Amino acid sequence: MQIPVESYSLSNGLTVVLSRDHTAPIVAVNLWYHVGSANERLDRTGFAHLFEHMLFQGSANVEANEHFELVQRAGGTLNGSTWLERTNYYETMPSHQLAMALWLESDRMGRMLPALTQVKLDTQRDVVKNERRWSIDNQPYGTCWEKLQELVFPPDHPFHHSLIGSMEHLSEASLEDVADFFSTYYTPDNAVLTITGDFDRDEAARMIEHYFGWISRGNGRPALPDMTLPPTFGVSPREVVYDAVALPRLFVCARSPVFGTDGYYAASLTSAILGLRTGSRLERNLVRGQRIASQAAAFTFDLAKGSDLFVVDVTAHPDVSPERLEAAVIAELDALHTTGVTEAEVARALALVETGFVTSLQSAAERADQLSRFTTYFGDPLLANKQVERYQAVTVAHVNAFARERLGPDNRAMLWYLPAEDSKAENGDPDYASGASLIASNGALAVTGI
Amino acid sequence: MSNATLSDTSVLNAPARPTPGIPRAYAFPAFQTRILPNGLRLVVAPIHNYPVVTVLAVVEAGATRDPLGCEGLAQLATRALAEGTATMDALQLAERLESLGTTLDTGADWDSAIVQLTALASRVGDAFAVLSEVLRTPSFPESELERLRAERVADLAQLRSEPRGLADVYFSRLLYNEESRFARLAGGDEVSIQKLDRAEVVRFHQQYYRPNATALMVVGDITVDAALQLATDNFGDWAGEAPPVKEPLDRSRYTNPRVHVVAKTDAPQSELRVGHVAVPREHPDYFPLVVMNAILGGLFSSRLNLNLREVHAYTYGAHSAFDWRRAASPFEVSTAVETAVTANALREALSEISRMRDTPVTEAELSLATSYLDGVFPIRFETTAAVAGGLANVEIFRLASNYFDTYREQVRAVTADDVQRVARAHLDPTRLQVIVVGDPKKIVGELAALGVGEVTVHDPAVEH
Repeated sequence: MQIPVESYSLSNGLTVVLSRDHTAPIVAVNLWYHVGSANERLDRTGFAHLFEHMLFQGSANVEANEHFELVQRAGGTLNGSTWLERTNYYETMPSHQLAMALWLESDRMGRMLPALTQVKLDTQRDVVKNERRWSIDNQPYGTCWEKLQELVFPPDHPFHHSLIGSMEHLSEASLEDVADFFSTYYTPDNAVLTITGDFDRDEAARMIEHYFGWISRGNGRPALPDMTLPPTFGVSPREVVYDAVALPRLFVCARSPVFGTDGYYAASLTSAILGLRTGSRLERNLVRGQRIASQAAAFTFDLAKGSDLFVVDVTAHPDVSPERLEAAVIAELDALHTTGVTEAEVARALALVETGFVTSLQSAAERADQLSRFTTYFGDPLLANKQVERYQAVTVAHVNAFARERLGPDNRAMLWYLPAEDSKAENGDPDYASGASLIASNGALAVTGI
Repeated sequence: MSNATLSDTSVLNAPARPTPGIPRAYAFPAFQTRILPNGLRLVVAPIHNYPVVTVLAVVEAGATRDPLGCEGLAQLATRALAEGTATMDALQLAERLESLGTTLDTGADWDSAIVQLTALASRVGDAFAVLSEVLRTPSFPESELERLRAERVADLAQLRSEPRGLADVYFSRLLYNEESRFARLAGGDEVSIQKLDRAEVVRFHQQYYRPNATALMVVGDITVDAALQLATDNFGDWAGEAPPVKEPLDRSRYTNPRVHVVAKTDAPQSELRVGHVAVPREHPDYFPLVVMNAILGGLFSSRLNLNLREVHAYTYGAHSAFDWRRAASPFEVSTAVETAVTANALREALSEISRMRDTPVTEAELSLATSYLDGVFPIRFETTAAVAGGLANVEIFRLASNYFDTYREQVRAVTADDVQRVARAHLDPTRLQVIVVGDPKKIVGELAALGVGEVTVHDPAVEH
């Protein structure tokens, strides 16, 4: 299944990707800015996400909250999300409203600062603090993604700190910070604009030039430090968090090849064999066979820089001890590491991946997001069409090689969540309360919208 | 900031706000309905742009069919459908489906049970045959039922440690009369779940999973003839008849407003639910109610969200909704607010509900809601799964067969007078129940001072 793709750049550096499909009178507009929490100052954690909120607070010709109103009045849907490596903004509109979406995106790319006020910043700061309370602080396991990042990335690494940020840093963010961040990163040459769905090619190209062509190129983004990490931890870190949770939950995390590489596709397929759906090993053995887990999954974070993460996420059954669950998870990883997988397991995982991919293409917004992703990370939207064949190229030997190299005892960071009432009993237990951790951020399943 | 403003020299020559182009026509996907001789309804919507097909079965086997004391039976039966059939055990079944690149999604809400899958068109015949086995000849192995009951107990433990889950549990419990099925959890509790032995599950399935109580949606890259052939081959010799549905009691528990605090010590936020029993889905005021709700709390630019989030910054978001079902459905405002502003946030939410009744909405508010609901309609049905879900709602709520063809004009026809009329008729401040999951020490005093109604404190650790 291939989708049509055309791409080009404006003279100001904005990369444009177009993909037409006239099935329904729907058009998706999707903008990726190549900036995420990794680009934040370490004394401003959470800033990229706070900034995302600010970009919905109006621009020179758009009042605060009018962005939402104009899109919804036009019959469209919209949102934005912040991730470690990028921030995206997107609308799906009735196709005759394409110009409205482009104008709104261009007005905030070109003229956000004239509309910036202290009141807006103060309000959004409080909204984001409430988002943090709601999605992290007042949720069982809510801190797991930030704890995980903090555990597995070294303190000076751009992926180490929290995506939603600390309350203290949010309090300190100033209007000058917002203006600097905007000028540095929200420039046409640091963005990809994708349009999918029902539009006329030449008319769309004219509109894009009209709305975005006048915006000035930026001064270049500051380089990120070298993010390369050794392929394994060597000595795997470990942390125990006592929290207001009902059941113990274990995350085991391996460093794995970055998104887009051959190694990534092998890792991703391995995660499906281990922990995607009922036929996966974790579900068969831990949830069903031994009945010691109430939930078990494995997945990759899909990070394109430094190191990706391969994550196993398992929640204990009531009355099952953490020791027993951990031993069982380790046994599964050992089996994968030493013995490898079968043809049938690879085929099952591949079949699920294929259907999931074709099914997702039905949504114009999803097509646009895929195209923006590959263009932002690799400068090549055509890679979006090669995902299935790259999964298909993964063999048993590739999976086994990945498992042998990356899923051994030297590459298993462990993060436990245990019920807080256990902390008294467990306190000082050298087997459990070891490892000291700090902070970190939202993960694969916890990208935040506005 | 003046520097930033002055440095932005391009402001003057930037493009002006655009006007929309000419809308292109859109029609909800054409579908055909066939009724098999055994009473099974087949609804087929051929859509050929992507090589996928969604097959969705709706069965009149929802949680309202649970016998008294056996709450959770419908949901357990639905989950257990995929745990083995006459020819396959649970893992063989999963392997069969997953090697076809698909998985079964099963679930039961109040009114119906749903079993569905999406497969590549080339594999849909094989997947269809598995779906038929699952519906017709599930084996309900005792050991898998035991596991599912244990998982339900684990889910309940998680639910009770989770503020949002707790708020939802207490809201439905305290909204409806104690005798109502709706006052008990759809999935059952620790006591009821233990009564759901294999005999009960088998009996439930034999009684309610019958062709005359089943409708099958087939949507995607397939013809009507091919879908009819698959349905006939796989379901044509299915026999038996389910009894008619009896709707449950849907009276309210309280006739006066009350505030129920559910204790969660040291919570940094309070989870709020405010609402009451309203009207059934099939009510003639449905469209004005949908528009009214969009203005009150359905849209980002709704009154509740603008007030609680954008003006006061009490919250990350505030919403309202009707939880539609065939019986009288709950109306509900939900939000989570910083603990210190709990009472203030409740006061604002209550004032927004009253304002909906007291003054007409503006033309701008009305047109925002109607043009959104009208314009977003095609976007709601981009995928085969979404179309199948829409068609399933037509079956569940017994809507007219041209429901989707007239949906947009029905929305556009709603007036400001309609909105105020239905707000007055169906939002009733004298019956509102307030649920607050939060730290009693910090919020009870202020909540009582608001004078909304009697404040009681519940301890979720002892109340199951």
